[in-house]
Amino acid sequence: MAAIDTQARPVFHVEDLTKVYVTGEVEVRALNGVDMTLYEGEMAVLLGPSGSGKSTLLNIIGGLDQATDGRVEFEGEDMTAFGARQLTRFRRRNVGFVFQFYNLIPSLTAWENVALVTEIARDPMTPEEALAMVDLSDRMTHFPAQLSGGEQQRVAIARAIAKRPEVLLCDEPTGALDSKTGVVVLEALTRVNAEFGTTTAIITHNAATRRIADRVFHFHDGKIVQMVVNENPVPPSEVVW
Amino acid sequence: MEILDRKLLRDLGRLWAQVLAVALVMACGVMTLILALGATRSLEETRAAFYERYLFGNVFATANRAPEHLKAGLTAIEGVAAVETRIVKSLILDIEGMVEPAAALAVSLPDFGEPSVNRLYIRRGRLPEPTRPGEVAVVETFAEAHGFAPGDTFGALINGKKRQLTITGIVLSPEFIYAIGPGDMVPDQRRYGILFMSRSALEAAFDMTGAFNDVSLTVLRNADMDRIIEAVDERLDRYGGAGAHDRDDQISHAFLQAELDQLQAMAGVIPPIFLFISAFLVNMILSRLIALEREQIGLLKAVGFSSLHVAWHYAKLVIVICAIGLVIGGIAGSWVGGALTRLYGEFFSFPFLVFAHSADLFFIAGAVTVAAALAGAASAIRSVVVLPPAVAMRPPAPARYHTLGIGLGALHSVFSQLTTMALRHLWRRPVRTGLTTLGTSFSVGLLVTALFSFDSIDYMIDQIFFQTAREDAAVTFAGDRHPDALRALADIEGVMRAEPFRQTPVTLTNRHVELRMVIEGLPRQTQLSRVLDVDAEPIVLPSSGLLLSERVADKLGLRVGDAVEVDFLSRENLTVSVPVAAVVQSYVGLTGYMNIAALDRLMREGARVSGARIKIDPDRLDDVYDAVKQTPGIASIALLRLSREQFRATIEQNVVISIVVYSVLAVIITFGVIYNSARIQLSERARELASLRVFGFTRAEVSSVLLVELGVVVALAQPLGWLIGYGFAWSVARGFESDLFRIPLVVDQATFATASLVVIAAGLFSALIVRRRIDRFDLIEVLKTRE
Ligand SMILES: Nc1ncnc2c1ncn2[C@@H]1O[C@H](COP(=O)(O)OP(=O)(O)OP(=O)(O)O)[C@@H](O)[C@H]1O
Ligand SMILES: [Mg+2]
Repeated sequence: MAAIDTQARPVFHVEDLTKVYVTGEVEVRALNGVDMTLYEGEMAVLLGPSGSGKSTLLNIIGGLDQATDGRVEFEGEDMTAFGARQLTRFRRRNVGFVFQFYNLIPSLTAWENVALVTEIARDPMTPEEALAMVDLSDRMTHFPAQLSGGEQQRVAIARAIAKRPEVLLCDEPTGALDSKTGVVVLEALTRVNAEFGTTTAIITHNAATRRIADRVFHFHDGKIVQMVVNENPVPPSEVVW
Repeated sequence: MEILDRKLLRDLGRLWAQVLAVALVMACGVMTLILALGATRSLEETRAAFYERYLFGNVFATANRAPEHLKAGLTAIEGVAAVETRIVKSLILDIEGMVEPAAALAVSLPDFGEPSVNRLYIRRGRLPEPTRPGEVAVVETFAEAHGFAPGDTFGALINGKKRQLTITGIVLSPEFIYAIGPGDMVPDQRRYGILFMSRSALEAAFDMTGAFNDVSLTVLRNADMDRIIEAVDERLDRYGGAGAHDRDDQISHAFLQAELDQLQAMAGVIPPIFLFISAFLVNMILSRLIALEREQIGLLKAVGFSSLHVAWHYAKLVIVICAIGLVIGGIAGSWVGGALTRLYGEFFSFPFLVFAHSADLFFIAGAVTVAAALAGAASAIRSVVVLPPAVAMRPPAPARYHTLGIGLGALHSVFSQLTTMALRHLWRRPVRTGLTTLGTSFSVGLLVTALFSFDSIDYMIDQIFFQTAREDAAVTFAGDRHPDALRALADIEGVMRAEPFRQTPVTLTNRHVELRMVIEGLPRQTQLSRVLDVDAEPIVLPSSGLLLSERVADKLGLRVGDAVEVDFLSRENLTVSVPVAAVVQSYVGLTGYMNIAALDRLMREGARVSGARIKIDPDRLDDVYDAVKQTPGIASIALLRLSREQFRATIEQNVVISIVVYSVLAVIITFGVIYNSARIQLSERARELASLRVFGFTRAEVSSVLLVELGVVVALAQPLGWLIGYGFAWSVARGFESDLFRIPLVVDQATFATASLVVIAAGLFSALIVRRRIDRFDLIEVLKTRE
């Protein structure tokens, strides 16, 4: 998708979001007043030093964690008011996750890992389709232990997109991969973003990745310190790192 | 099938050995439950059916010689359904090919029609004809012991006359499901039989025309038993009525009941142990699995599975374990239960067996097992529910260890770093270490429980046969005699010593507690039948006062010096108050002793003897046996010399079976506990141990970390197990205690040692299996996996 369409519908709207972790005596302000809006179909990249609160934000908007203070809206609905049941339904229907360590179920094959999710989704694609989108049609019966890191991450992407989610949240999807494999994974993500118009947020430590984004958010000490609009996103194959 | 179920199947495939180990422990619980309850039910129903169809009496009474016309009065008692008067006499038998004399009880059958109480089941042949006085029917156990068939004959001394009897039929009686001869400790089917003869034959032989000396009654539903017993006593008192009693005091019924009670008691003790241990093992396995799969659980929640859905996934694993345990335990339980019922059926003579196929039993066992397992799983499953999806995304924080307090820090100098590692790991999970130790100690305890019966029986045999009943034979006269009768016995060539005794039935009363029993009068100082005090020291009988066994004293709430009311049942209205002179030891029956002279004085009939205990010159046994068979006036003879061997053989056979069973159970528990905890430690510490290998430690050194942990647990389990075993043994001894017999609580050191050895061996075996896994560690694989 090209430059950000200001007429686009907001998917997430975050206002003055705070997250405080209390561990014994120590209080950690992981998020300290974050404001942010993600629009339908956009590709956002989240950058920032370690410990700046990127994962925390993603976990909260993904319904994995709850904020200490502030407001999170998903398509106009106040997520801070969601109970466990609504959060589960939200995760089941609306979001796809991709994690740094893939988090595949080791005792299930590639196909089964995807089918796990399509079984409980509302209008999923078939596991075969999802795996084909990440170019893994020929590895469907392999167990995670029999796949390379990049292949495992692509299975994880297939699993995330198979339910046709509105949003795709990726926490360092290429963090454990070499650059070549990383490109393949990013290509899978941009392809999904382009074909289905899935709102995508990617956390990365690789500054070069920002070039594939429509918008880039810079985190520091639990705050968004800068937002840059990228007028000309490039395909991942042109990103070098 | 859900995709998640495939994960379940693969998890099961991976954990099969652990799953099986737990399922086996569970199966033991299910098996023992079904076994005990199933066999009890089958036997109870068999007994009930036999009693009902063959009209087993509800009230029993004896007299010396009561006129037959009393029957009408007895029938008229309110609540009485039927009355059967009989002549019952003891006989000495002379069976061809059998050197020693056998004893028998001859019971009369009505000349016309079937008995209205205590009917016979005819296995073969027919009942004796009233017109042919030499005909008898014999009980099956006696016939089998001698290989008798209808048509065979044997000799009997009937009221002093030698007679030849012809067997017409082989029968079973609800009254003699269990038959034990007077003075015997265990049933001996060869030396003691029940004979059924026609009433007219016994009337003629014992000069009892128009009279009876035994009566059985059946009562109507809801009849007032106490009133009936009282009414029967009233009518028989003048004729030497020895007090009517209900089924509880009927020997055959009481023995059967004691046996059933023990089975039932087992159902209350053993299965809970297994269920407790399996719950603990389930908890251990599941907690570990869940700890390992934190990220997977988090992921499942992140992609939209509800907490309950994920929890259910893990609960299913538990249910599968239960299902395996239930199937194995159910099959084994029904099979062994059937065999046990058959065994009992053979031991007690039942004409048929009713197998209670109760589906509810399986249902109960299933529900109890699943409930126990889920209780064990509860905390692990709860952790699944509360695990927040976001936290699950992060690897668990490194486990926290504690220094081992003051003492162990100093132990660094004593133990190697590896040993310290092992000890620290144990200390980190005190609850788990404690439960593992407890589980293992249950195995030790079970074995102690099984083995102690040998010690107790040895002790009991010594006490009964070498300290107390040291005679070779006990002869009972047909009715009490003048002490001169003793001389006839003492004069038999080969009898080295004869000591008289006088037995009389009494009711002892203290406040509101009544006890029917027999008081035995003995000479002041005896050598053959000795009375021992509670410390097993022989007592000289005081010139007055009663000596009561501990159980009798307990039941009546009496202590030395208290007075007890003694009602002599064989005398009309003779009640005296007698002080308790001492409390004495006894393992069989309810016993009370008195100086025979004092007893004679109290009973005011002059000097009387009921029989004598004799010592026989071993070289002249046959002569003595022959003489006894010829001597008129002897009603029965118990041969203790033979009982001694019989006793050990009978009991040890049962004990060996139970020891084998208990040992198998104990080994299964040990294996289940040790193997599982070793596997879990291995899983928790795989990285650590693999790293050690990478650093250059040898396989043996690395395994030693694990083996030291197991060793400490097994070692700690021993003393605890001895304590538990002693406790179990105590409760078993208490459970066995009845008015019929009691086992002393004696546990030898060798028993503790054997139990420990078996458990240590089983523990070592489990540890070795796990050690082989360490030896085959794939270092790369272990280090690569993220935890
Ligand atoms: N469960 C927790 N308990 C306590 N503190 C936490 C917890 N999770 C995160 N934090 C703290 O919150 C802050 C932000 O963490 P977060 O994971 O969001 O950082 P991040 O930007 O994703 O860093 P990285 O790039 O290293 O992944 C950090 O200081 C972290 O230590
Ligand atoms: Mg992060």
